[in-house]
Amino acid sequence: MTTHISPQMASSGTQHGKFEPYVNNGGTTLAIPGKDFVIAAGDTRLSTGYSIHTRQSSKVFQLTDKCVIVTAGMQSDASTLHKTMHARLVHYEHAHGKQMSTEAIGQMLSNMLYGRRFFPYYTFNLVAGIDSKGQGVVYGYDAIGSYQSVEVGAMGTGQSLIQPLLDNQVAYKNHQLVPSKELDLERALSLVKDSFTSAGERDIYTGDSVEIAIITQEGIKYETLQLKQD
Amino acid sequence: MSMDNFGLYKLMHEDAPKNNNPLLEQPTLAKTHTTDPIVTGTSVLAIKFNGGVAIAADTLASYGSMARFRDIERLKSFGKYTIVGASGEYSDFQYIEEQVKQSLIDRDYQLDDGRSTTPREIYQYLVRVLYNRRNKFDPLYNVLVIAGYENGKAFLGQTDYLGTHFEDVTLATGYGSYIAQPILRKFYSEKNGNITEQEAKDILKKCLTVLFYRDARAADKVQIAVINDQGPKIDEPIKLETQWTFKGF
Repeated sequence: MTTHISPQMASSGTQHGKFEPYVNNGGTTLAIPGKDFVIAAGDTRLSTGYSIHTRQSSKVFQLTDKCVIVTAGMQSDASTLHKTMHARLVHYEHAHGKQMSTEAIGQMLSNMLYGRRFFPYYTFNLVAGIDSKGQGVVYGYDAIGSYQSVEVGAMGTGQSLIQPLLDNQVAYKNHQLVPSKELDLERALSLVKDSFTSAGERDIYTGDSVEIAIITQEGIKYETLQLKQD
Repeated sequence: MSMDNFGLYKLMHEDAPKNNNPLLEQPTLAKTHTTDPIVTGTSVLAIKFNGGVAIAADTLASYGSMARFRDIERLKSFGKYTIVGASGEYSDFQYIEEQVKQSLIDRDYQLDDGRSTTPREIYQYLVRVLYNRRNKFDPLYNVLVIAGYENGKAFLGQTDYLGTHFEDVTLATGYGSYIAQPILRKFYSEKNGNITEQEAKDILKKCLTVLFYRDARAADKVQIAVINDQGPKIDEPIKLETQWTFKGF
């Protein structure tokens, strides 16, 4: 598709803008894995520019009994991705008589994102689940499918505010002495809540409320934390 | 060139690539995509109330800054339980009404099983149609508001030409998202969601009046529609009352 802007059109003020298929709808997501649990969270604000579309749009999507995905970026691409993943997972369960493992979901998402290499989904994903060893795991992705297991993952408009702090407080980066005590659920949950409260203070795209998924071997529990609406 | 918005004159004449097939005398027109909306409608407003949803829009379709068509309907009923309101390119909305409505609503009659397409189904379908067209780089330039009442439940959702979609208790598109949405949100939270049909219609009328004062593409001829357990009811256009005698004017 080429758009011609002739001199006549330019001088008469008629401009044919090129269609922009992408938009950043803002928002922050976060995931922290522990020894036998994993927490994934996302705020519920949906914006374009300075407008807040709604204060209650979910970024968390449950994939299996022990795996969720949280997505920041463009909302329409995110929901399309979630729906396509859901269809693939239902198909898998019917074909194999069991739910897909969190590790396999991790690889599948990479393949699905790379499959759109030349018209990418504008999404930044974190897959959080319990792996086949019963341990908490978080996979972090870029928009075109590069992924790795992470000690702590933050995505979206609040990433730059949250990630460096949690690198220090969860992964103990740049510490001379690393505490031997492993991260427990209580401390992880408290870090998640403080992270979102703080990001909401400085990032205009983060706010309204946070949806938190707490995944253990027993199943998935959801919590909601109210944030400031300004 | 002001009337040649698609640059078709050039395409059809000196600039047009000549077809090499001697059997075809006609020059080929390259496949064209909508890059800008041409004839446009401005804001659509909606609010949920006890037992239904009220939705409103003015009756103007503008051609740039010209008030081109002053008596068109931007609210349409889609089947038994739904009303769709459109802002943006009016021809694209007419296409949606013809093509999408046919494929969804006519099927209700063909199946003859007594069931009708629900508001949420229509909403999801429209989201997929608009998202699919943005994937083809050939968008339907609209922001649609879908209001419905079915099985004792009110529905209110919005979708745009990128496929961005969400539900809320109050909605406003275009200029209305800056001017009317704050008024509607405040009203809804002050009333704690306890709103009668008349109160809903009144607040929408008030918002449309504010929009007429400040949005240069808005008109004072408006339609207010309601969807409740009685089905969709789109009122005849009414004229807004305005006051221009302030000293400041």
